[in-house]
Amino acid sequence: MAELITGYGIEQDEVSVQAAKQLSQYLTFQVADEMYAVEILDIKEILEIGRMTPVPMMPEFIRGVINLRGRVVPVIDLAARMHKGQSPVSKRSGIVLISVTPKQGPPQAVGMLVSAINEIVEMEPDHIQPAPDMGQGVDTGFIKAMARLEEGFFILLDVDHILSHEEVCQIEQLHNHRQTVTDMPAGE
Amino acid sequence: MTDDATQTFVQESEELLEQMEDALLAMEEAPDDEEHINSVFRAMHTIKGAAGIFGFDFIVAFTHPVETEMDRVRSHQRPVDTELTALLLECKDHTEQLVQLVADGQQDSVPTELNDQGAWILSRLTQAETDQEPAAPAGQSVPEDHTSLTPATGHTAGEDSACVEPEPAAPRPDDNWLISLDFKADALRNGLDPMSFIRYLQRLGPLVDVFTFAHDLLPAHEMDPESCYLSFRIALFTSASKQEIEAVFEFARDDCEIRILPPRSRQASYLALLDELSEENVSRLGEILVTVGAITAQELSGALKEQEAQIDRATADPSQSIKPLGQILVDRRVISRPVVDKALKKQEAGRDKAGKESQSIRVDANRLGHLINLVGELVISNAAVKLMIDKYDLQDAQEVVAGVENLVEEIRDQALQLRMVQIGETFSRFRRVVRDVSKDLDKEIELVVTGGDAELDKTVVEKINDPLTHLVRNSLDHGIETPQQREAKGKPAKGTLRLNALHDSGHIVIQIADDGAGLDLDRIRAKAEANGLVQPDQVLSRRELSRLIFEPGLSTKDQASNLSGRGVGMDVVRRNIDALRGSIEVDTEKDKGTLVTIQLPLTLAIIEGFMVGVADERYVIPLSMVEECVEMDTQHWQIDGQRHYINLRGDMMPYLRLRDFFEVPPGRGTGHSGRESLVVVRFGRTRAGLVVDELFGELQTVIKPLGQVFGQLKGVSGATVLGNGGIALILDVQGLITLAAERTQSAGSPDVSDCPH
Repeated sequence: MAELITGYGIEQDEVSVQAAKQLSQYLTFQVADEMYAVEILDIKEILEIGRMTPVPMMPEFIRGVINLRGRVVPVIDLAARMHKGQSPVSKRSGIVLISVTPKQGPPQAVGMLVSAINEIVEMEPDHIQPAPDMGQGVDTGFIKAMARLEEGFFILLDVDHILSHEEVCQIEQLHNHRQTVTDMPAGE
Repeated sequence: MTDDATQTFVQESEELLEQMEDALLAMEEAPDDEEHINSVFRAMHTIKGAAGIFGFDFIVAFTHPVETEMDRVRSHQRPVDTELTALLLECKDHTEQLVQLVADGQQDSVPTELNDQGAWILSRLTQAETDQEPAAPAGQSVPEDHTSLTPATGHTAGEDSACVEPEPAAPRPDDNWLISLDFKADALRNGLDPMSFIRYLQRLGPLVDVFTFAHDLLPAHEMDPESCYLSFRIALFTSASKQEIEAVFEFARDDCEIRILPPRSRQASYLALLDELSEENVSRLGEILVTVGAITAQELSGALKEQEAQIDRATADPSQSIKPLGQILVDRRVISRPVVDKALKKQEAGRDKAGKESQSIRVDANRLGHLINLVGELVISNAAVKLMIDKYDLQDAQEVVAGVENLVEEIRDQALQLRMVQIGETFSRFRRVVRDVSKDLDKEIELVVTGGDAELDKTVVEKINDPLTHLVRNSLDHGIETPQQREAKGKPAKGTLRLNALHDSGHIVIQIADDGAGLDLDRIRAKAEANGLVQPDQVLSRRELSRLIFEPGLSTKDQASNLSGRGVGMDVVRRNIDALRGSIEVDTEKDKGTLVTIQLPLTLAIIEGFMVGVADERYVIPLSMVEECVEMDTQHWQIDGQRHYINLRGDMMPYLRLRDFFEVPPGRGTGHSGRESLVVVRFGRTRAGLVVDELFGELQTVIKPLGQVFGQLKGVSGATVLGNGGIALILDVQGLITLAAERTQSAGSPDVSDCPH
């Protein structure tokens, strides 16, 4: 039962491999006036902005949690994540749901709040270039590559780095801050 | 397929080994209790058998000699002493390692050092055996008795029954088989020669005595010379089994009444065999007796026929009584009463066990988890329905929904109950830890376990094991002193470690108490100051001081022993407990002892919650932690807005205004115009107040984890989906209380949230 049906399968496989080699599809979207894209295979679904529940005492870029058919899913404000301030929620805003695989633990669904969702584009590999080295101190972890279209450049996001070490550090710092407070109870 | 089976093997072996360990530890205290000895034997025997089936020869090779040795213990050829139990514990550990190899799928490459280790253990086990030899109970002084051990050690799996048959002792006058032959009248006419049977019988062993007499002998003139009137009573000495003896008379069966009564020594062996018989094979009395060889199938069918006849008679005439099969067999003198009694007992035990087995089913934990998730969804959906009905004011539907709600609640409780396990099993694992550690450290420590029947969620049990082990080891290593030190302090030389569990308002409380040296608070303080955790001029209460041991990098033991202090400190313990939404407290008194109290939620899936509102946001507080709710009375209460203290009926407690603390955005609607309320929460021994806008009341809350992103978040432990599709955050009361206390303490610093709107 588990065996693959051979014969027809070989042909099909070859076709799909070829297609994958040539063209990839990307979803482009707007974050604070800039264009970003995510490979379409990374995307679980696209959601309209609904009710978001803010979670207190979290860094700015964590906008809150949403109810995704009974599951509680965190939403990251990409603009805030790129240090461009919280993005205002408008009619065009949307949530791109992706699956993030952290270093430890199971994959986790995370929503990315974006200002506007544009379109799906197909791109050949030679239109994609590695991310330029911005020098030290520039957070390029979440940039997977740069892509060129007629309209200009856009950044391909590395979804697994959306919650990269820097952010985790930030959260930990927050925690540590509280820890030190706990550690030093003042005298009465 | 094979994988499943292997897994079952691993699982069952682990369980058996656990039982074996329990039995061994019990054996140390009560060396004569045969139940424990049998239990150990059974474990080894079963593992060996199962390993044989799977072809894990390396397990068979190790367990077989151990089993053989246990068999000697069982038959009192080897006394139970501490040395033996210690060796057997090693055997158990080694077997565990071997089984682990199978679990890891490495059964094809057994490391040689493991083999060597096994051989070393076995050599000591059997070495001890030969040492014991001269001291072995006498009574069997026959020289060949010595050799009788060799075949037993040499035989391979699958011949188990052979090793239980004791080797024949020297002929003793009273230890003979008694065979009674009553030939029927037609015997001679049918061509039987009674003498030929008796001669043939001699091949089995010497005929000690033959007593011949005639039965139903008619007066000489009426006697038919062709009829047989002879009866024989034969005393036979032989090592043959009953079946073999019966086989001699195979052809005479129709023309002769044969009764074979085993010698006394045989009786003992039947009893032993009955003991040995695995309960699973126990079915009917007759079959049991045939299995152990106490009666032959022939004798059984004869007795059954007699019983059938009795039943027929009884149906015709109800006043006739039906004799039980055992009675018939005894009456027919084919078996002695003790053997029947033993077999009956065995039969009963087997039934009990069968009954117990059918009471429990192994279920995949994932399936159970899925079921509980679904029940959670059901709870939410039902809440949604209820909301809808309230919204449209459907009077008729309300009653129906109330009924459904009751059912859902019951289903929820039952579903959660499925995952509940008693904590006793976790506790009893520490018997071994305590035993080993106290031997290692030359301390005398007694473990007292109470409240083992307290139940909690299996997931919690699994996660509590590590911190508990750490705490127990700490108590053993650092807490309880050596007997000399204890005596010097005027305490009994034997230290006591107590493990206790009890239920307290939706939580389980686990206590680890020792009567040891207690924490050295001065040293803790010194260390904390050295680490910069505490300022030299800070005044700390005893509780605060003892709490410092949960800080990272604070071990007062300068040298890490191999027992505790292996890099995992009390801070890890606290983190583990925190992760379970529990709390941990230490009480200690110098030279009196230390008491560690862990408080844990019973389950991680669903809680009874109390919903409150702040602006547009909803929060859920675990109901078990809510002490009371009162309207905020700013007029009459003393509220220290600076230091966040509130005086509630003379009770000073810290408070948090959630609106400010969580920086809740102001509501979109008109907002809540009424007065704020104060929810008094309690965790462990501390209380605090939470100021909220609105109270919504009780709510069944299915906890949805917030995920890794929020892993470090204090004050919020999870989220739940409300009936209207919204999300309410579940407050982590313990975290909030800590935060509230911090704020109170750092009151000197200016704080924005000090000035409410």
